[in-house]
Amino acid sequence: MILQVQNLNKSFGGISASSDLNFEVAKGQVHAIVGPNGAGKTTLIAQISGVLKPDSGNIIFNGKNITKTSAYRRAHIGLARSFQITSVILPMTVLENVMLAVQSLSGHSFRFWSPASRENHNREQAQQYLIDVGLGQRAGALAGEIAHGEQRQLEIAMALALTPQLLLLDEPTAGMSKDESGNIIKLLNKLKGQITILLIEHDMDTVFALADTTSVLVDGHIIATGSTAQIRQNPEVQRAYLGDSLA
Amino acid sequence: MFSRFKFITARVYLGFTLLLFMVPIVTSVTGQDFYLDLLTRVLILAIAALSLNLMVGFSGMISLGHAAFIGIGAYCVGIPAYYDIHNGFVHLGLAMVCSAVFALITGAICLRTRGLYFIMITLAFAQMLYFTFVSLDEYGADDGLVIYKRSEFAGLLNIENATTLYYTVLAVLLIFFVLLHRLVQARYGRVIIGSKHNEQRMQALGYNTYKYKLVCYVISGTMAGVAGFFLGNFTNYISPEMMDWTHSSELLFMIVIGGTGGVFSPIIGAAVFLLLEEFLSGITIFWHLIFGLILIAMVLFGKGGVHGLLLRWDEKVTNGAGQ
Ligand SMILES: Nc1ncnc2c1ncn2[C@@H]1O[C@H](COP(=O)(O)OP(=O)(O)O)[C@@H](O)[C@H]1O
Ligand SMILES: [Mg+2]
Repeated sequence: MILQVQNLNKSFGGISASSDLNFEVAKGQVHAIVGPNGAGKTTLIAQISGVLKPDSGNIIFNGKNITKTSAYRRAHIGLARSFQITSVILPMTVLENVMLAVQSLSGHSFRFWSPASRENHNREQAQQYLIDVGLGQRAGALAGEIAHGEQRQLEIAMALALTPQLLLLDEPTAGMSKDESGNIIKLLNKLKGQITILLIEHDMDTVFALADTTSVLVDGHIIATGSTAQIRQNPEVQRAYLGDSLA
Repeated sequence: MFSRFKFITARVYLGFTLLLFMVPIVTSVTGQDFYLDLLTRVLILAIAALSLNLMVGFSGMISLGHAAFIGIGAYCVGIPAYYDIHNGFVHLGLAMVCSAVFALITGAICLRTRGLYFIMITLAFAQMLYFTFVSLDEYGADDGLVIYKRSEFAGLLNIENATTLYYTVLAVLLIFFVLLHRLVQARYGRVIIGSKHNEQRMQALGYNTYKYKLVCYVISGTMAGVAGFFLGNFTNYISPEMMDWTHSSELLFMIVIGGTGGVFSPIIGAAVFLLLEEFLSGITIFWHLIFGLILIAMVLFGKGGVHGLLLRWDEKVTNGAGQ
């Protein structure tokens, strides 16, 4: 198991966003988490990536308890994420954004004199990640001025540039057109098998196209986990989440 | 490299620098020592403004306590001089070390807060230092100390001479400018700029933003300490008043006028601020009111300050040429 989440609890005031949440992600899999809006999916990702501290419970990554590890350190041990709400450095170019990710892994950044843009090795690597996600032509554009779908691709390029073992994707196709999300699905299919992916996704078609295993999260805990085919048929799941969308 | 100077912005800054070099020549020909003094003060505060803008403009940390560092630098001249230690290397060394240590300690605490709280706590630390020096009777308390002799540099440099002091300050200012100009493009600069715009993302990318911002705070404070070293020498006098928060706010005005987007622009901001103040106070006793109104207008309507104005001009010219 690459990731184990044990008895995780997190509440905001009276709202319990994670309640006794348990699940595991097997190495090499694409593991999807589905669930209605407000179920606590983003809160779960935030705790796994270290942005939020759980009230109680443990997060085990590669056998190590990382519950108290800071967010920035988690990026260095092989955890990378994309954000549900696009989170890039808007006034920098697309290439500069990815270079920041590459730079993060190539030694410290207490270098005050040589221009970062002249680090050819980093630039070439960053450019390659952009080509991988289909943004090769947009390297010079400002991240704030590209289309929404392109910003989602950039998110993924930045996460990939951290060469993660576990990639956390929070609704990577949110707000995308059919074409755009088609491209993302194609990209994720290419990554499948190379990187373990924990995929939060709203769109069931995307989940069925990609996931090896699917967990259903409702009211802060997992009500069912299984192969995607099993999840489709689970009556409790259909009642709780899939509802009439599959009927 | 020089292609950069096809841009109006770069030309204006270069031209401004050349003017600064000519000031002592002009004032010595015309015998207007007063203006040499005024411009020396401009350059000294330009060092402080330059350093403050590293924090405000590039790292997004708005401080209302920057004058504390100026005070520290000045007292590092005044207190040794009080004990008949006039060695400038000692003064300057002390100024840099003391302001760096003060920045490290206060920054470590300030940076645990955000936004308005950050502003308030930088202000609180500066006022704490202010009242500490007010209570030090040995060093003149409220009244401060007169410095009878400026820092001595083993005969290498005589800053008792007004022109030498001017060129020394100018040289240090330009060195700091070059250092910061490189810094913001280097790896380190990318990280602090990234943290300004999206700290959470930078952490998700693996950056310990707290550490990078703390180093920024220390660099900025140390440079302001050097400004204080010069200010103490220049005025031949130090007092707690130098640390008062109003001076911190003046520095903020300078960088807003110059524009927070550039490395050089705070120098322009300091010049505009101090020359305007001088000019207005000479023509009317109501100058505070007029000055205030002009500052408000500049902040409200001068998007991006002088730097923003020049960049928009460049953009217009470039677009025009492209059509
Ligand atoms: N920072 C926060 N403060 C207060 N409540 C929050 C916060 N973040 C999430 N919540 C609440 O926690 C619940 C789960 O939210 P979230 O994890 O974003 O759900 P999902 O991603 O599954 O839609 C929601 O009821 C939401 O309103
Ligand atoms: Mg969500």
